[in-house]
Amino acid sequence: MTAAEQLRAEAARRILVKDGAYGTEIQRRRLNESEYRGTLGLDRDQKGNNDLLNLTRPETVREIARSFADAGADILATNSFNANRISQADYGAESLVADINRAAARIIREVAEEAEARDGRRRWVAGALGPTNKTLSLSPNVNDPGYREVDFDTVSDVYVEQIEALVEGGADFVLIETVFDTLNAKAAVHAAHRAGASLGRDLPIMLSMTITDLSGRNLSGHSIEAFWASVRHARPLTVGLNCSFGAAQLRAHVAALSGIADTLVMAYPNAGLPNDLGEYDEVAETTAAQVRSWAEQGIVNIVGGCCGTTPEHIRAIAEVLKNHAPRTIPTPERRTMLAGIEPMILAA
Amino acid sequence: MATTANIEPNDFAEPSPALSSATFVNIGERTNVTGSAKFKKLIMAGDYAAAVEVARQQVENGAQVIDVNMDEGLLDAEEAMTTFLKLIAAEPDIARVPIMIDSSKWSVIEAGLKCVSGKPIVNSISMKEGEQEFLRLARKVRDYGAAVVVMAFDETGQADTKARKVEICERAYKLLVAEGFPPEDIIFDPNIFAVATGIDEHRRYALDFIEACREIKARCPHVHLSGGLSNLSFSFRGNEPVRRAMHSIFLYHAIPAGLDMAIVNAGQLDVYDAIDPELREACEDVILDRRPKAGGDATERLVTLAEKFHGSDPAREKEEAEWRGWPVAKRLEHALVKGIDSHVVEDAEEARLIAARPIEVIEGPLMDGMNVVGDLFGSGKMFLPQVVKSARVMKKAVAHLIPFIEAEKELNGSTQGKGRIVMATVKGDVHDIGKNIVGVVLQCNGFEVVDLGVMVPWQDILKAANDNKADMIGLSGLITPSLDEMVTVATEMQRENLTLPLLIGGATTSKVHTALRIEPAYEGPVIHVLDASRAVGVASSLVSDTQRVPLVERTRQDYEDIRTARARAGQNVLSGLAEARANGFVFDPEGKARPPERPGVHNFGEWPLRELRAQIDWTPFFRAWELAGNYPAILDDPVVGESARSLFRDAEAMLDRMIAEHWVVPKGTVGLWRCRREGDDVLVLAGNDWTRLPFLRQQVKKREGRANMCLADFIDPDGEDWIGGFAVAIHGLDPHLAQFKAENDDYSDILLKALADRLAESFAEVLHAHVRDSIWGYAPDEHFTNEQLIREKYTGIRPAPGYPACPDHSLKPALFRMLGGEPAGVTLTDNFAMLPTSAVSGFYFAHRDSQYFGVARIGRDQLEDYAQRRGVSVEEAERWLRPNLD
Repeated sequence: MTAAEQLRAEAARRILVKDGAYGTEIQRRRLNESEYRGTLGLDRDQKGNNDLLNLTRPETVREIARSFADAGADILATNSFNANRISQADYGAESLVADINRAAARIIREVAEEAEARDGRRRWVAGALGPTNKTLSLSPNVNDPGYREVDFDTVSDVYVEQIEALVEGGADFVLIETVFDTLNAKAAVHAAHRAGASLGRDLPIMLSMTITDLSGRNLSGHSIEAFWASVRHARPLTVGLNCSFGAAQLRAHVAALSGIADTLVMAYPNAGLPNDLGEYDEVAETTAAQVRSWAEQGIVNIVGGCCGTTPEHIRAIAEVLKNHAPRTIPTPERRTMLAGIEPMILAA
Repeated sequence: MATTANIEPNDFAEPSPALSSATFVNIGERTNVTGSAKFKKLIMAGDYAAAVEVARQQVENGAQVIDVNMDEGLLDAEEAMTTFLKLIAAEPDIARVPIMIDSSKWSVIEAGLKCVSGKPIVNSISMKEGEQEFLRLARKVRDYGAAVVVMAFDETGQADTKARKVEICERAYKLLVAEGFPPEDIIFDPNIFAVATGIDEHRRYALDFIEACREIKARCPHVHLSGGLSNLSFSFRGNEPVRRAMHSIFLYHAIPAGLDMAIVNAGQLDVYDAIDPELREACEDVILDRRPKAGGDATERLVTLAEKFHGSDPAREKEEAEWRGWPVAKRLEHALVKGIDSHVVEDAEEARLIAARPIEVIEGPLMDGMNVVGDLFGSGKMFLPQVVKSARVMKKAVAHLIPFIEAEKELNGSTQGKGRIVMATVKGDVHDIGKNIVGVVLQCNGFEVVDLGVMVPWQDILKAANDNKADMIGLSGLITPSLDEMVTVATEMQRENLTLPLLIGGATTSKVHTALRIEPAYEGPVIHVLDASRAVGVASSLVSDTQRVPLVERTRQDYEDIRTARARAGQNVLSGLAEARANGFVFDPEGKARPPERPGVHNFGEWPLRELRAQIDWTPFFRAWELAGNYPAILDDPVVGESARSLFRDAEAMLDRMIAEHWVVPKGTVGLWRCRREGDDVLVLAGNDWTRLPFLRQQVKKREGRANMCLADFIDPDGEDWIGGFAVAIHGLDPHLAQFKAENDDYSDILLKALADRLAESFAEVLHAHVRDSIWGYAPDEHFTNEQLIREKYTGIRPAPGYPACPDHSLKPALFRMLGGEPAGVTLTDNFAMLPTSAVSGFYFAHRDSQYFGVARIGRDQLEDYAQRRGVSVEEAERWLRPNLD
């Protein structure tokens, strides 16, 4: 059985658990610039370059991953959200992108195998791709709405580099997360197909959109349904939502997606809404209680945590999910779905 | 009459109650440069802000999908497509609806796919290049996450009957589904063609479409059906009420049969029930072909009825009312000068009733009108296209009067023309646009023209001259062997001791050739006529008692001077063949193209006319009509601009019709073969046979650093290499030409031929681009504007046998053999002219350094060497290479 088939088989039995956020955990450790920088001899200030830690402080990353695995996470994501050439340009670390991703995947692979050896439960490694800090659908210049800072081919190439290194390091899946621009996600899907073709294997894709306002659209303007119509060709292993809000605010949107997606639904909310200082106050029990209502409603197959979530949150989530049946994947009628930023469904 | 901006299902749901849940998608057509003149203007002018407003209005008016098309030869379509798509992405009012990315070029579609964040529709792909290419593109479409329009088009062409539509769609469906393409993302376009055209085969077009819809839906689960509606009513262009009624009625019947969407101007539809019942019934008869038993008179009935519903154009009506109120003679003159043929028969009849004898109408008002035309033309105030249009009016009037004149038994005197000329395109040649133009212009000026047509042997020419007591003979030809044939005609005229003048014209003819070769063969007057506008002057002088002798003497002297000048000046010094070879172009292995992606012979049973249209090089079209200037600047030229614009409008209207009514079929063949070089020969392995292609080398002495070029120089002398060949042709003109002839419509005849020539050239260019980009694939990433293509900015050449780099027309049979016998359905005449006439063939050389050149004059040594390599006698080689031997 392939990793994807195993995941599907397991997800048919129970609601699976994804890990929590690296950012919050790294922040807690209050590393100084030199700890980030290590001995790589980079020119610029590296403070905050969390992805670089895969090379400079692999033990820190390993420790965090281990804590999530121990908390009950079945799916462990790599610490590689910004490990792409576009985002790393801010740190002058573009040349290290492949190394960072290879290391990121290797660390998590080792943690996953360790954990499996310990308790006999399979863990999956999701190679995480962030959206980059450039958008393909919007102009940063209000006076020139046709301008774009990047183009599709560039973004696709950047992702190919990242994906190939992640897969080489041992990632099972390609997790395209925090999708604020649907076109960036389509470029990532395109890149996963290209990388898969050059590696000679199918790379299962996980897609996770992020919505930027309570009306339920991402930054490129797509509603949940329009997003699904636009990315369904990826035939993703999972589709879902992450970040944006806490579980309470996210519920209705997860439910909407759950109703139309003919694949596994994975959602990982923030630990509530941030306070005035941008910190997350929601305690694990509160998050878990919200997640329980998702489970009761039968709208999820995989749940994890995003910003502000800690191993405690994951443990609490895993605990409440234990007694609930997973969402049944619907077999919707075959209908043509087109989309602008609104979906358009054609009659059969 | 009520209109509906958005088509509600209820408007069309009546025949099938089950449809109440169905929705019909109307696709906006205004953001399409090929469909909207306004949008094209905005894009060409770079006014994207206004272009975005067009899209916004469309969505506001109810378009549920917007079709974006930038296929215009003068645009960088990829650039325009991406610019526009990025701009509308920033407008939530527009971006809410899905985009249909519409282009005949995959590169444009792909560029568009990279800018669209939602799920768009690709319009379109088809099996015109076979299954492999079709699936390759379908996979890409799926990879980008788009739905796709599949045209009912395959290797043999566009589907027009129900059976073909169903067969092609079902085959495409099976291929796609087997490939894992989601069936719900397939949208078939089974081709809507024009009905009520008067052509019997077109009668079932609408009904076949509707019936095919039903069948395709039954055989191909989950697919959708779409179509471009405007073609349907093409015969009624200008009559909006009838067009709207036809579109609405068509949808009323096609939607229940399964049509899900259409490219349509949503504002231009009527509610079925609100259509005038009489008009509705007439339209339904046409669309459903309901009266075949009555001999298919539905079209005639609708045409008659349509007049009643003709919308009013106040400006035009006012103008029309004005001149229609004039006295009849004045009206005839006006019609002749303006080239308006719509009332000429009734006016001629009115004039006849007033006149004492019918002949007086011709000799009076009609000739007066033509004199005005002649004067305007002579003084440069009127140009050739208008003159030809005027001639059409004249011919129609005369055709109406002739029976009355005959009835009056006045024929014995025959028409008192200025003179009679026998004209012909010589044996072995099929080109006649120029000859026809000259014929028309002469007729306009009172000459009687006996036109013998094309491929006329000298015997027939002499006999016709004799039988008709001709005052002169005019010969025309386009290909180089025709020059020799003209010498033959002159020689035979001499043998018969004729004395009448011989006029020479046509693209390859020249004053020098006439002076050097033709004139010495005939003692009577021989005059080269440069173009149609000179023909009248020359012919008039030749029939004038006072001017004939001076013209003849002057010309004779002129030609004598040319001969002496030639003899005295001597010619460029030639190198010996060995020396020329030693100074050949040096092959650079670095510039060698990679082996082809798809070697062998590829046939294209039909190439979409739309694509060829977008790539037309218009400048030579205007030149064919003797309008000097480059397109598009010529349209604004202070002198010929008005004439050029009018001609261009007529050309565009005819192209619209050619597409809507599927008049012509562009066929093409490409071959890519292994080859090796042997001196100046290229040995080509086509199939299992080696073919030797001997090429000629420049022998004129070059200055230091300039090579003596030969096409073989672009082939690797040290190893295996590749060469290509191609032929393209535009088929299907004949029935339309016959109809024009029957209607005395020389203008349309010449227009159609000139357009077909342009389409063939455009096809050669489009196909070459496709070869570079895909079939051979040595330049997959190039993209050029039409202008750059015309200026040959790309890598690789396509020299044609009979043209300067490869002057021997007789290489065509070898090329054609390698391409499979009759490539693109083209056959050759004795002198290697191609039939159909609008055809292009040639070789492909892909080496980076390959370039066009002229072989020019060659020496006796090369002639003999070449004859041996060709395996023909020196005499025969001499015959084919004569233009290069003088």
